Amino acid sequence: MTGRRAPAVRPPRALWVPAVLALALIVLPVLGLLGRIDPVRLPGLLTGPAALDALGLSVRTSLLATLLSLLLGGPLAVVLARARWRGLRVVRAVVLLPLVLPPVVGGLALLYLLGRTGPVGGVLDLVGLRLPYTTAAVVLAQTFVAMPFLVVGLEGALRSADDRYEQVAATLGAGPWRTFRRVTVPLLLPALGSGVVLTFARALGEFGATITFAGSLQGVTRTLPLAVYTTAQSDVDAAVAMSLLLIALALLVIGLAGTKAVEGRG
Amino acid sequence: MGRRRIFGRSAAALAGLVLLAGCSAGGQAHGERTVTVLAAASLTESFDELAGRFSAENPGVRVNFDYAGSSTLAEQLAQGRRADLFASADEKNMAKVTGSGVAAGPPQTFATNKLAIVVPEGNPDHVGSLADLAAPGRVVVQCAPQVPCGSAARTAEQAAGVPLRPASEENDVKAVLRKVTAGEADAGLVYVTDARAAAGQVDEVDFPQADRAINDYPVVALKDAPEPEAAAKFLAYVRGPVGREVLARHGFGTP
Repeated sequence: MTGRRAPAVRPPRALWVPAVLALALIVLPVLGLLGRIDPVRLPGLLTGPAALDALGLSVRTSLLATLLSLLLGGPLAVVLARARWRGLRVVRAVVLLPLVLPPVVGGLALLYLLGRTGPVGGVLDLVGLRLPYTTAAVVLAQTFVAMPFLVVGLEGALRSADDRYEQVAATLGAGPWRTFRRVTVPLLLPALGSGVVLTFARALGEFGATITFAGSLQGVTRTLPLAVYTTAQSDVDAAVAMSLLLIALALLVIGLAGTKAVEGRG
Repeated sequence: MGRRRIFGRSAAALAGLVLLAGCSAGGQAHGERTVTVLAAASLTESFDELAGRFSAENPGVRVNFDYAGSSTLAEQLAQGRRADLFASADEKNMAKVTGSGVAAGPPQTFATNKLAIVVPEGNPDHVGSLADLAAPGRVVVQCAPQVPCGSAARTAEQAAGVPLRPASEENDVKAVLRKVTAGEADAGLVYVTDARAAAGQVDEVDFPQADRAINDYPVVALKDAPEPEAAAKFLAYVRGPVGREVLARHGFGTP
């Protein structure tokens, strides 16, 4: 962007102390976790059927939840950033609700709506469709909790870019769909990387809404976080080993997406 | 809109929150003793009642509880959490606590518990035995085998020769109960005490094989306890006539 090299901007020294403390708060507990690892049992614990089933299920459901968030949350972000209604501020606040609600409450809400005694679930039940206890329920719970991260990220990026380019496109005769494809989507791309990674990470770590709405059964609904919790009831070492899988998976995703995407520069 | 104004407003809101937090952090009255008890979640109703009666008879002594899964509490104790008493829903987790050297003496069994089937009120599917739960299409929820109620369920199923295929294996017995009270399961395997606590929302169906999987509830005083004398008094109260009466009324058996 800049033509000539700008002088390096150094953060003020006073910021270093809280910055290091913040990093320590994140890194030290993870190191504590690594310290609990039993190296002799680790290979067996990582390749056991309980761990592998949970890993496969977590990857599949989190990917689906991210895709669903993108397909539904992406358009929602564009509408929120560009539409001009009066009630929009209220809608924006509503979108944030899953971030504030304890995930268990989110799971209960899904259950009361889509469970077989709920208004929608009751109708589905009549045609023989049941969501609770299925893998689809896991994806729904993860989407409920994770989608706001994508919506907020994309909407913020669009609003800070304002709609000048879209207006230009419109004056040049482009219709709304063409403007969206050729102008809005490219504007969104930088924020998309970080939004997708954040959404996937949140879906991967989802626990409360899943266990409340979908239940917990190996291979069907017991994702890695659920497996960690269940295993911890009887074998903390095995639970720690499974948490390693989660950490490795998260690092892998961030690595694959590239740190640039996470930093929001595309 | 000016950035400065937004910042000012946020700061004002934060200041308000801090004030609110300061007000709600109430201090403890002087001269009052508080016994801290870590207890298995299935003891919630009976221990709450016992604590109320104990405090009425012993003014100035309060009993504070942290109810959770026995294994969670046992792990916290092993990691150095301070408390006066620990009441476990099984002997395995008690062994974890005595094994890590934080118990002040040998544990004593004060109650027993066994499984029961819970079904929605009115028993719409006419469930009468464990074998009825294996009927095709029946949504059954039980505890995961890693937690005490789950291993008890497995033992009972083996005794009955009926392997169940649950729709979900929950981490604690209250989660199983919740699935049935919410109408999302046709039946669940819980403790008799949980079935009693939810009477009016669920029906309890007893089955003979439950006697093959009886859980012992041990309690122990802890080392380094903040209130050892008051805790010993409450322990004796739980094991005494009042404790036995209250526990029996909530469905516990006597050891």
